[in-house]
Amino acid sequence: SLNCVEWSLLPPATEEMVAQAKQLKGRFQGDPSFEYKCTEINAEDAERLFGDGKEPMIKEESRLVATIEQIDRAVGIIPRGAFVKTPLGSVHENRNFEGLSLTEAKKLSSYFHFAEPVNLKNKTLLEKADLDPSTDFLDSLEHDIPQGSWAVQLEKGGTVVVLRSLLWLGLTFYHVPMTKQYGYVYFGTGEKNFDLPFML
Amino acid sequence: HDPYQPHEPGYGLYQPGYSPYDDQIPDPKSRMLAIQNAKAYLLKSSTTSGLNLYDHLANMLTKILDERPTNAVDIIENISKDVKWAQFQKKMDTLRDEHEILPTFEAAEKRKALFLKANGEGNEELEEEIGETPLPNVMETAFYFEQAGIGLSKDESYHIFLALKKLVSVQPIQTCRFWGKILGMEMNYIIAEVQYHEGEEEEETEEEEVTEEKEKGMGEGEDEDEKKEKEDEPPKSTYKPPPVIPKEENGTGANKYVYFVCNEPGKPWVKLPPVTPAQIVCARKIKKFFTGRLDAPVVSFPPFPGNEANYLRAQIARISAGTQISPIGFYQFAEDEGEEEEEEGGGRDTYEENPDFQPLSVAEMVDSLATWVHHGQSILNQGRCVWLNPFQKSEEEEEEEEEEEEEEEKAEEPDEVQQEIGPPLLTPLSEDEGIQNIPAWTAQPSTNLIPQYALAVLQSNRWPGAYAFASGKKFDNIYFGWGHKYSPENHAPALPPPVQAEYPSGPEIAETRDPTLEEELAFKAASEEALAAAEEEEDEEDAEDDEEEDDD
Repeated sequence: SLNCVEWSLLPPATEEMVAQAKQLKGRFQGDPSFEYKCTEINAEDAERLFGDGKEPMIKEESRLVATIEQIDRAVGIIPRGAFVKTPLGSVHENRNFEGLSLTEAKKLSSYFHFAEPVNLKNKTLLEKADLDPSTDFLDSLEHDIPQGSWAVQLEKGGTVVVLRSLLWLGLTFYHVPMTKQYGYVYFGTGEKNFDLPFML
Repeated sequence: HDPYQPHEPGYGLYQPGYSPYDDQIPDPKSRMLAIQNAKAYLLKSSTTSGLNLYDHLANMLTKILDERPTNAVDIIENISKDVKWAQFQKKMDTLRDEHEILPTFEAAEKRKALFLKANGEGNEELEEEIGETPLPNVMETAFYFEQAGIGLSKDESYHIFLALKKLVSVQPIQTCRFWGKILGMEMNYIIAEVQYHEGEEEEETEEEEVTEEKEKGMGEGEDEDEKKEKEDEPPKSTYKPPPVIPKEENGTGANKYVYFVCNEPGKPWVKLPPVTPAQIVCARKIKKFFTGRLDAPVVSFPPFPGNEANYLRAQIARISAGTQISPIGFYQFAEDEGEEEEEEGGGRDTYEENPDFQPLSVAEMVDSLATWVHHGQSILNQGRCVWLNPFQKSEEEEEEEEEEEEEEEKAEEPDEVQQEIGPPLLTPLSEDEGIQNIPAWTAQPSTNLIPQYALAVLQSNRWPGAYAFASGKKFDNIYFGWGHKYSPENHAPALPPPVQAEYPSGPEIAETRDPTLEEELAFKAASEEALAAAEEEEDEEDAEDDEEEDDD
């Protein structure tokens, strides 16, 4: 939506869209039908993707969709215990989740990426023994590369804990300890911060 | 003894009215027996936890009746769980838990100081406050920015307001403005831009001048040494660091305003040191996150001269220079200025408010960027706002200037330093370069629905996080962000400079291969021939001499 009154449904993201959008740099224009010319594809890729050799153009709409997908996958986080996995494998919301305690909320290890876990299998057997398979089935934020890519702060006198991602500048996650309230929002330019390793 | 009579508590599984035993109404005596049996069952303790259902239900019902929550039937399971959990708390214990001080409470205590009025001041205080105060109306500014969707929560704005009030009462301040907030990794910075009353600046410059003089003295000594290079000593380094460009005076140029920071409202305000051109030049090359601690070192290449406080001040200076804007006509040049200064690159430094300012309509402010002007002086490549030739000596040494300059030109061959000219003050925004194909500023009205009360809001694209609004005669700038410039290209840190040659290579130091045996023999033969030839000549000469002598 451009004015919060009229909303249009975005198509779901495909791998192809994401791959194409990764090559685009610069700000978004604000017009969903704006077309970018991708100048960096080799001739081979262009032929593979487009067959006829017509000029590759990407619409801003697909770029938007791909960016949302990337952000969700990379930095969409939830507190530990908010979602549980049943023995059958399905994941659903934990209705008994009462929030993290204040000490737990300050630790990065109590937050998980809300995406397919990548690092779980790499943990040592000792660590795996400590995990509770119903709640610890996702990647924790502790082992994010580069280390230190999350800024944890307590706001409002310590009643709200705010995590800000430094990889996607503008992603903010909030949680009120000992309550069920949590969530994340993104306000920003939609560009990944590739300079992160230099900035830490 | 029939189980699960409908009128007893703990009815459980059977729906009321559908029990198979409904139609049986036993006589009173056996009914009493049934009740007792049921109660006995309920009182039976659980083998695992030592509780019994009867007590538990009684506690639960007591709790419900005491608290009277709404929709109790929906949360009955939670109530049950809470009652069980309450079992683990000992109510009467000889050991008391230490009264736990929540961090929230501590934070509130700190902020409480803000809310108290200073003691020991009577009615005079009120009269002073009613007059003009340097205190900015932060709430009003926050209100305007809120219409554009920018700003902090009301709580925080109000706390900042009170913190600024405290700052104003402590320091002799002429004008004060809430500059913005820079986010950091551990803590954030809240920044206030301040101008002191004239003549009341703290004199920290004395110490710095003393160190500068010492460095100059040492520099001259080194020059003399280099002219006396001896071949025996290892060659001295011919590296001359580029001349240190002196920083601008407090109150002018990049140091026009003094900045105070604090991590949170309620914490004491810390004054940031004035910025030097070297720091600005270096800050342009690096990109680092702020940690939130002012004394943190800034580890980077090229090495940043200073710690986080200096880096913060340099970034603030760059942001202010690039994004402090006002509607055209609000500020005008003072009319008393004489001729422009010739040497220092012209340009006027000061401006004052225009009493005849006529505000333009919001539509005009939004449509064209020419209706806004920069009122912050831009910083040149050198790192200052006003260009200074680094090879000029200070006024005290003017007499020797000519001689030294000539010598320097011969010995050092300084690069020709060209005067740098930046855009003059009060240039309109339409002159700002865009980045690739994006204009430097994005303008939009705050609302399309109510044009009578709309504001014009500008966002900077070069410094994401810098905003400005204008509405009638009111305008302001603010910054909320991480403190970095926007660049579509990735940041590439500067490479280290090439390794210097160790020594000048010339024929006398150059290595050559040792002569081979044949060459040596040939050389020996040749030198023997030469010797022989020389001896023959001598013999001949002697012979001639002898002959001559004989003749005589």
